[in-house]
Amino acid sequence: MEAPPQEHGAPENGVRIQSVDRVYRTRHGTVAALASMSLDAAPGEIVAVVGPSGCGKSTLLELICDLQRPDAGTVRADPAALMPQRDLLLPWLDATDNAALALRACGMGREQAREAAQPWLERFGLGGFERSRPAELSGGMRQRVAFLRTLLAGKPVLALDEPFASLDALTRLEMQGWLGSLLAREPRTVVLVTHDVEEAVVLADRVVVMSPRPGRTVAELEVALGRPRHRTDSTVIALRERALEALGISR
Amino acid sequence: MSATPRSGEGALAGVVRAGELPARAGVRLWSAAGRVLLGWRTILFLLILLSAWELYVDLGGADPLILPPPHQIAQALYEDRSLLWSNFLVTAREIAFGILVAAAAGLALALSLHLSRTLRRAVYPLLVASQTVPIVLVAPLLVLWLGFGFLPKLIVIAIVCFFPIVVTTLDALAAVDPDLLKLMRTFDASRARTFRHVELPAALPGLFTGMKIAVVFAPIGAVFAEEAGSNSGLGYIFEQAIPQLLTARAYAAVFILAVFAISLFALLTLAERLLLPWAYEPRGERPL
Repeated sequence: MEAPPQEHGAPENGVRIQSVDRVYRTRHGTVAALASMSLDAAPGEIVAVVGPSGCGKSTLLELICDLQRPDAGTVRADPAALMPQRDLLLPWLDATDNAALALRACGMGREQAREAAQPWLERFGLGGFERSRPAELSGGMRQRVAFLRTLLAGKPVLALDEPFASLDALTRLEMQGWLGSLLAREPRTVVLVTHDVEEAVVLADRVVVMSPRPGRTVAELEVALGRPRHRTDSTVIALRERALEALGISR
Repeated sequence: MSATPRSGEGALAGVVRAGELPARAGVRLWSAAGRVLLGWRTILFLLILLSAWELYVDLGGADPLILPPPHQIAQALYEDRSLLWSNFLVTAREIAFGILVAAAAGLALALSLHLSRTLRRAVYPLLVASQTVPIVLVAPLLVLWLGFGFLPKLIVIAIVCFFPIVVTTLDALAAVDPDLLKLMRTFDASRARTFRHVELPAALPGLFTGMKIAVVFAPIGAVFAEEAGSNSGLGYIFEQAIPQLLTARAYAAVFILAVFAISLFALLTLAERLLLPWAYEPRGERPL
C-alpha cells in the first residue's frame, strides 16, 4: 500500500491528525494499531492522550514525530521532538552534555552547546549537578535532564511518551507540578501520552480518551480550569471520573 | 513542587564530590587492577595447585622429563633468566603490537560491518569461517612469504586476536537502544552525527571486552608463529628446549607467557576503568 505523504506545514500549525489508520505486519498476521484516529492540538495547547496499554499511543507520537507514516489518513504537524518513556540518557555524558545532545546533533560545537544548556540546568533545579553523569542522578533529576534535552531541540511541538511512568509515586507528583509550572512559563504545543488519568486532567487543556486496540478516540474532555490545579478540586475529580468511565472503568 | 533544588540534593552533591578526590580514586583503580592480578585467594589456590603438582611428580606419578615438578621450573627460571628475558622481550613486542593492530583493524571492520548491511551479509559468514582455518597452517605460509622477521609474527597474532574484537564490538554496536536512534532522528541528527555521538562511544566497552579475550589468545598465536620459523622469542626457546629434553625450560617459557597475559589483562582492565568509568557505574539510580 502506498503511504500518503506526511506534511510538515509552516510553524505554528500545531498538530492535525485526521482519520489515520496504522497497521503493523508481524509473523502472526497483521495488527491494527490505530483505526480512524483523529487528534488535533492547536498551537500552544496541551493535549493529553489516555488509553489502555497497547492502544497505539506510542504509534501516535511516532506519527507526530515523523518516525512513521500512516497507512491511511493525514498527519500534519509542526516539527516535533520526542521525549521517550525511559530517559535514555547517554551514560558517558554528564548532565550538561546530555541536555545539549539535540544541539550537538545539529552540529553545534561542544563548548557552545554546553554554554547554551548551562542556564537551563539551573532553572531545572539541576544546579550543582552539571558535571554529574546519569548514574549519579536520582530518577526525577534524570527525567528533568531528559525533558530539557527535548526542550532544547527547539521544536514547536513536544511529544511526551509517559514521561513520569518510571518514577515512584512521590517523585511523579512533584514532577507533574514542576512540568505544569514550566509549561506555563515556556508554552509549547504538547501531546502528552499517559496512562495516569489524574496526571492528564491536572496538566492538559484537553484530554483525549482512546479505545483499546485498534486505537481511536472515544471521548474528548475540555479542562476549562485555571492553573495551578489541585487534585482535590471538585472539577478535577469529576473530570477524572468521566475519563475513567470513558475508559470503561467505573467504580 | 518548584524548580528549585531540594536542599538535600545540594548537600549530597558536596558528599559525592568529596568522595571523588583524585588521589583516592587513583588508589581505588590500582587496587582494582591488583585484585585482577593477584588476590590472596588466587595465591592460596595457586599454592594448593602447585603443591599437588609437586607431590604428584615426586611420588612417581609422571616422568619429570614429561612433566617437570614446579621446583625444577623455578630453577630453570632462575638459571636461564638472561636467555628467557631477552627472548621474552622479542615475544612481548610481537604480542603488544599484534594486539594493537588487531584492535585497530577489528574496530574498523566492526564499524564498517555495522554501517553496511550489504558488507555484513557478504563478509560476516566468511569471517566466522576463516577462524576455523588452523593457524598452524597459515603461520608457515606467512613465514614463506615474509621471512623470519617481526612481520609474520605480527600478522599471525593479529589474525588470532582480531576475531573476538570484531564480534564483541559489533555486538556492542547492535545493542544500542533503537529508541535512542529514533530520538536522534527527531533531533534531526544526520547518520554521521548519530554514529559519532551515540554509536561509537557505545562500542568502546565492546572493544575492551574483545581485547581482554584477545590477550589470552595472543601468546598462543605468538608461539605458533615463532615455531613456524624464527631464531628468537619464547616460542623459539620452547621449540628448541623440547628435543633437548630441557622440559623445565620449556615450562618456564610458558610460565612467563602466562604471567605476561595476566599482566596485560590487568593493564587493560585498568585502562578501561580510567577511560570508560561510566561503563562500571551501577545501572540503577542512586537513592538520593
